[in-house]
Amino acid sequence: MKPTVLAPRSGLLLATAILLAGCDGPQSALAPAGDGAERIANLFWWMLGGSAVIWTLVLGLAAYVTRFSRGKHSLVASRWLILGGGVVFPTVVLSALLIYGLMLIPALRTPEDVGMRVEVSGEQWWWRVHYPSPDGGGPIELANEVRLPLGERVAFDLLSPDVIHSFWVPSLAGKVDMIPGRTTELIVQPTQLGTFRGACAEYCGTAHALMNFQVVVMEPAAFERWLAHQAEPAQPPRSEIAQRGLESFLANGCGACHAIRGTEADGRLGPDLTHVGSRLGLGADVLPNTTEAFVRWIGHTDRIKPDVRMPAYGMLPDDELAALATYLSELE
Amino acid sequence: MNERNDERHSDDQHKPAARWASLWLITVSPTIWAVHFLLCYVTAAIWCARVVGRNGMLGDARLLIAAYTVVALVGIVLTAWRGYRQHSYGEGSAPHNEDSSEDRYRFLGYATLLLSGLSAVATIFVALSAVFIRSCA
Ligand code: HEC
Ligand SMILES: [Cu+2]
Repeated sequence: MKPTVLAPRSGLLLATAILLAGCDGPQSALAPAGDGAERIANLFWWMLGGSAVIWTLVLGLAAYVTRFSRGKHSLVASRWLILGGGVVFPTVVLSALLIYGLMLIPALRTPEDVGMRVEVSGEQWWWRVHYPSPDGGGPIELANEVRLPLGERVAFDLLSPDVIHSFWVPSLAGKVDMIPGRTTELIVQPTQLGTFRGACAEYCGTAHALMNFQVVVMEPAAFERWLAHQAEPAQPPRSEIAQRGLESFLANGCGACHAIRGTEADGRLGPDLTHVGSRLGLGADVLPNTTEAFVRWIGHTDRIKPDVRMPAYGMLPDDELAALATYLSELE
Repeated sequence: MNERNDERHSDDQHKPAARWASLWLITVSPTIWAVHFLLCYVTAAIWCARVVGRNGMLGDARLLIAAYTVVALVGIVLTAWRGYRQHSYGEGSAPHNEDSSEDRYRFLGYATLLLSGLSAVATIFVALSAVFIRSCA
């Protein structure tokens, strides 16, 4: 029997396929789904292509002089080559790249035709989000998830109360730092529907790598419905166990740090939980949004996120944890 | 070895002045580039913070930057010219690698010329940002 050996060519194909597959996905700057990311990806491809050409050229020349034309070269020709290839060519290429790059910036940053402003504050290690109220009232506070209407230019005002974080959704736009004491701005215009992933891109302490969020790009009408729903207070508990969950939430002091609009809980230290059940992930997208995940989060918070600014409630009896989890996961 | 050096020195027709080995000239152009960058930066920063606000237009600050750039380029070209004169002193062409004070002198001139070229390009690159970016945002 012949052993099956991959021909070198198919090995190369396979490697390329794997590499290319790595470029796709919800968190890839090379699979752009927003205006900014498209321009950045274009710049990247131009630079990649250009570098490939220059690399080939330089190695080609090196091969030429070491293998094919080993003799003496004319002094004049060599001098011109050094002047042309070493001085003029790099200057021209770098100028072209600089001008191309500079021309990209104004279009990405003009505040014209911005439809909506969303405020996001990076906090160790989660995201506080404020949307403008759909009925013109004060802003609504949400957390750990961002939704955007397809095609609309949205400006993010980026803040931080503690250390420097960086707001990055590679599929949609470039990244911008969140700096204590300042407001920075990022303008995003999604061009595709879908769910994308954002991350903190500046080391901000122990749980930095566990500070992520999901971004959902929706049809404008669906977005309006979502925002109107998020602006509403929490729905009251629908079952007895959920009722016990609410009581436990209030009795254990969770309300000192968390707000659930429509209940007595109005803490501001941690994420707003009014609609926590509607989010795609839990704990800044480190756990799935399931009842079991709520139990794990509340009972073993610091094991899931080291140094987290929320005490673990592992001392609560199992049925109380289950009640809390049921109540919270139903807050859609 | 000492003897040989002494001989050479006494052979020199034109006594090499101390400035012949001076490094100052080659630092001039990069310094102009650095100062130009700093001035552009500070001007834009003050303009955006105090005059027009963070979403304002650069407006007249761009004229100032243009003026700095012209002055800087004139300085760099003059330096380059002096470097060129020094590089073509007497006879002898690059790479000026003789162990003699003339060749050291020429070498420093040549380095001045090349660094002036680099500084000119860099200064223009700095100014280009004010050409393409018109607003503080
Ligand atoms: C000392 C303040 C504090 C107390 C008390 C507290 N939490 Fe938290 N909680 C936080 C902080 C801060 C976070 C964000 C942690 C992170 O992701 O880094 C958080 C996150 C959460 C989350 C995840 C939210 C999301 O958007 O995914 C849930 C659920 C939660 N807490 C439930 C509770 C419950 C239930 C209690 C009471 C048993 C409680 N918390 C008590 C501070 C607190
Ligand atoms: Cu971080």
